[in-house]
Amino acid sequence: MRRLIPSRNLVVGAVLTAGFAGLALISFVWTPYGVTGVDIANRLKPPGGGYVLGTDQFGRDILSMVMVGARTSIAVALIAVGIGILLGVPLGLAAAARRGGVLDEVIMRANDLIFAFPSLVIAILITAIFGPSAVNAIIAIGIFNIPVFARLVRGGAIALWQRDYVLSARVAGKGAARISAEHILPNLANLLIVQGTIQFSLGILAEAGLSYVGLGAQPPVPSWGRMLAESQTLISIAPHIALFPGLAIVLTVLGLNLLGDGLRDILDPRIRKTRR
Amino acid sequence: MLRYTLRRLVSLIIALAVASVVIFVAVEIVPGDPAAYMLGINARPDTVAALQAELGLDLPVHERYLAWVGGLVQGDFGTSYTYRTPIADIIGERLWVSLPLALYALILSTLIAFPAGILAATRRGSVADMLVMGITQLGVAIPNFWFAMLMVLVFAINLRWFSAGGFAGWEHGIAPGLKSLTLPAIALALPQASILARVMRSALLDTLSEDFIRTARAKGLTRRQTLWRHALRNALIPVLTIIGLQFSFLLAGAIIIENVFFLPGLGRLVFQAISQRDLIVVESVVMLLVFAVIIVNFAVDLAYAAVDPRLRRS
Amino acid sequence: MIPHSPTKRSLIGALLLSGLALTAYAEDEVQQQTTVTPAPAPEVDPITVTVGLQLEPPHLDPTSAAAGAIDQVLYANVFEGLTRFGPDGSIRPALARSWTISEDGLSYTFTLAADVTFHDGTAMDANDVVFSLNRARAEDSVNAQKALFEDIASVWAMGETQVRVTLSKPNGNFLFNLAWGDAVIVAPESIENIKTNPVGTGPFMFSDWVQGDQIELVKYAEYWGAPAQLDIATFKFISDPTAAFAAMMAEDIDAFSGFPAPENLPQFEADPRFTVLVGSTEGETILSTNNKMPPFDNVKVREALAHAIDRQAIIDGAMFGYGTPIGTHFAPHNPDYVDLTANSTYDPELARTLLSEAGFPDGFTTTLKLPPPSYARRGGEIIAAQLRAVGIETEITNLEWAQWLEEVFRGKDYGLTIVSHTEPFDIGIYARPDYYFQYDNPVFQEKMATLNSEADPEARSALLAELQTIISEDYVNGYLFQLAALSVANVNLIGLWENAPTQATDLTSVYWDE
Repeated sequence: MRRLIPSRNLVVGAVLTAGFAGLALISFVWTPYGVTGVDIANRLKPPGGGYVLGTDQFGRDILSMVMVGARTSIAVALIAVGIGILLGVPLGLAAAARRGGVLDEVIMRANDLIFAFPSLVIAILITAIFGPSAVNAIIAIGIFNIPVFARLVRGGAIALWQRDYVLSARVAGKGAARISAEHILPNLANLLIVQGTIQFSLGILAEAGLSYVGLGAQPPVPSWGRMLAESQTLISIAPHIALFPGLAIVLTVLGLNLLGDGLRDILDPRIRKTRR
Repeated sequence: MLRYTLRRLVSLIIALAVASVVIFVAVEIVPGDPAAYMLGINARPDTVAALQAELGLDLPVHERYLAWVGGLVQGDFGTSYTYRTPIADIIGERLWVSLPLALYALILSTLIAFPAGILAATRRGSVADMLVMGITQLGVAIPNFWFAMLMVLVFAINLRWFSAGGFAGWEHGIAPGLKSLTLPAIALALPQASILARVMRSALLDTLSEDFIRTARAKGLTRRQTLWRHALRNALIPVLTIIGLQFSFLLAGAIIIENVFFLPGLGRLVFQAISQRDLIVVESVVMLLVFAVIIVNFAVDLAYAAVDPRLRRS
Repeated sequence: MIPHSPTKRSLIGALLLSGLALTAYAEDEVQQQTTVTPAPAPEVDPITVTVGLQLEPPHLDPTSAAAGAIDQVLYANVFEGLTRFGPDGSIRPALARSWTISEDGLSYTFTLAADVTFHDGTAMDANDVVFSLNRARAEDSVNAQKALFEDIASVWAMGETQVRVTLSKPNGNFLFNLAWGDAVIVAPESIENIKTNPVGTGPFMFSDWVQGDQIELVKYAEYWGAPAQLDIATFKFISDPTAAFAAMMAEDIDAFSGFPAPENLPQFEADPRFTVLVGSTEGETILSTNNKMPPFDNVKVREALAHAIDRQAIIDGAMFGYGTPIGTHFAPHNPDYVDLTANSTYDPELARTLLSEAGFPDGFTTTLKLPPPSYARRGGEIIAAQLRAVGIETEITNLEWAQWLEEVFRGKDYGLTIVSHTEPFDIGIYARPDYYFQYDNPVFQEKMATLNSEADPEARSALLAELQTIISEDYVNGYLFQLAALSVANVNLIGLWENAPTQATDLTSVYWDE
């Protein structure tokens, strides 16, 4: 029984994630209808008939919108996590290598400072400065991913620096940068994959929240959060247009979380027994 | 300990100074002029200039920064450009919504999470455990604003049990106030409760597998007794840490929910102030929030250091 | 100083209306309509009304901000001017009960109502009028519509209830200008705290403001004119359309003035508890086009735009059918309106041909910057789709008002934008080459100048028709529709305005019909 739960997580998570990634990929070559055309005569059609999930307030096919919206969500979240890893990992490695030094102190304090800022307010400010766009949503989400990875890597790396093979590498005269790259980083890969999956799912939620308040990808690029925002006044007339984008978000995030849990159980046997 | 405290105090002050500069610069470079916004499209340039002078916007940037920080140090948050009332008063008023909302959500999430987490941990692997884990998985995956929309549809529009938004105010009594905060609090509590239940479960499982629990069991205490007397108390530390984090998150993080239910809270105040270019309100509120988090971190660090002398070294 | 005053607008409507005001109004006409219902005895439950509004005022001084939300609460209810707008947009006497205009049109002598008191008990007399008008036109004035007062040369108190205003040049709009919410009479005694505690002369006085939620007005017992028929009026601010819908359905509020979601109106119409008021605003909703920015400096391109747009689809899609198509920048309810929609019939084929002739057979790409109202956001998506169909790609950016003012209105950094011009009689903006759509046509400017000095009503009508035709045939902007005024009310609540000639929720003659 116990052994079944993680693998079931993994399978369900992988299937859901692959499903939405697949929808996003298919949308590049095919969607049931175009997502940029407007067909007022066919607006707010309930699911069924020619439109599997119905149509929205402009008569656009919701299934097609959800498919292309998956693209937006996944791209924004993925790149934001990428920014977090690209900047956070070297910072964390550097802080660990210079543990207790000025560099460590500065990096960690800067991290604390970023954590202290209310993230949504900062995201709103960033878009107020540079204008709303998918790129700025990526930046806003990415910034708050940096300290997450920096802390994670610093913590993991500090433990590794005590290991014998690292000590012998130091004795052999290898520099801190080289040791970090050759010996520390590869051993943190599992940790990064697991955390990356979690941040990815948080990124999807963050993107949805930002575009819900109008700060993400701009029309006519479909985005799940904006679809929800636009459906809000129509919810009493056509509930279906608020239902499906929301379900898409839930299922994608759920899939990524399950995948993350499943991966952790495989990749990090030490915590298999207890965590989550 | 004194040296450590001093060192941390210095870094605290540096952090606050850096934060104030970052906030001020970020807010000042936001395009859009508060005076022009307030006077609209028919305003003449000389009128806009007159209003800028009245608001003190004609002063050089560094003077405005110093005036702002100088005021903050003395506890003066400044005067709102749009509302023309002291920002401290506005914040005070908004806190009467945001604080109870955060507390309400926290209490709800704790009330749900504790039993759920304990149940899941004690009946590990059971159907109940799987149910709790499944529901909490779903709980963290649901965007709270979407959940809020669905609740409005069901409970406000269809069943008409609650109003779809707005805040009844405390002056008519506690009940109407609480009623208008109920749906928002549930929306906020759902993901928090899910996280908390999972933390509770894993913290309990951690402690349950530790030696002292086995010792306690060996001494003849029943499962139930060990759970309540020993395990729960030890598991509470990570749980309380999470609750603390959640509270500060709820205070500022309720922006979207406050907007869905148009509650006059702190989050919506900042959101509106940004769109109205009420820059000084944005600066002061964000600074206040950052200040609160930094101070709490500082206090926690000191407390840990007092308990564990090894921490003072690094 | 800017060469063209922002509010220099067509004079005809106001001239006609002020003529009406001079002749048609007996002092007590309003009283006759409203003295039927006796004031309630004090022990009876107070008569209350709760009106929903979408926007909350930033503060409560109508004379120092452009926010329409201020007038929406206070106009006519708390503050009064010398003249006022009626529900039909006509100019009516208010604090000034009558006036005479000198032969040369340069001197106005107003006779004020007697025994008027401010809500703080102080008397309202000629000195308060002098104070208010001088404050509005002063050097350091922060009046958002300062241009309304720019022709005033001097203001004199000629006794308790007589005020003489002299103008530097004749201005047929003057009585119309004085009716604006920005021209209300305030008192030097209470001006200090006007932003939080407005003290006016109206039938309601300010009572309480729960910021972020509601403003409460109460009946002013000492009101000089016809007393209000409500004891307590509460304005509740509900910005979210869903919540507005739910609040109305639950009867938490008795009316919603300016209902934000036209898609919900059929549900109210079907419900016998409610009545839906569909009127007209002064808002010409247009696809503003940057006439100086290539390729829009080419009239063929602008003409192509006009034919690429399907107005009815926009009215249906963005406003759920509410709104009157317009073919020029003029309000259809105005007697001088000319229907020029035929100049810009929906014809994508013709649009493509015109684009080819203009040298853009494959279309082009431009920016479409959209302010927050849903007519703009929804209309923008529809227009983008329609333009794409003829080969014009648009990059949509959704902007907050502050950004829109900075980038589009002041910076003129845009190709296309959608906005509703809500000022009445504002065709004069086309005579200002520095205005944000940068239309520079000497012929139009000349005719506009002629209009401003023309007094003969028929000649003016003819000129106005010409002016409307010129901008329509020059395809200056894409003319979409006249914004509808949409309100929902309890079926027993009588007397709310149907049209919105100015932003106001006039409760002075609103009553419950039980």
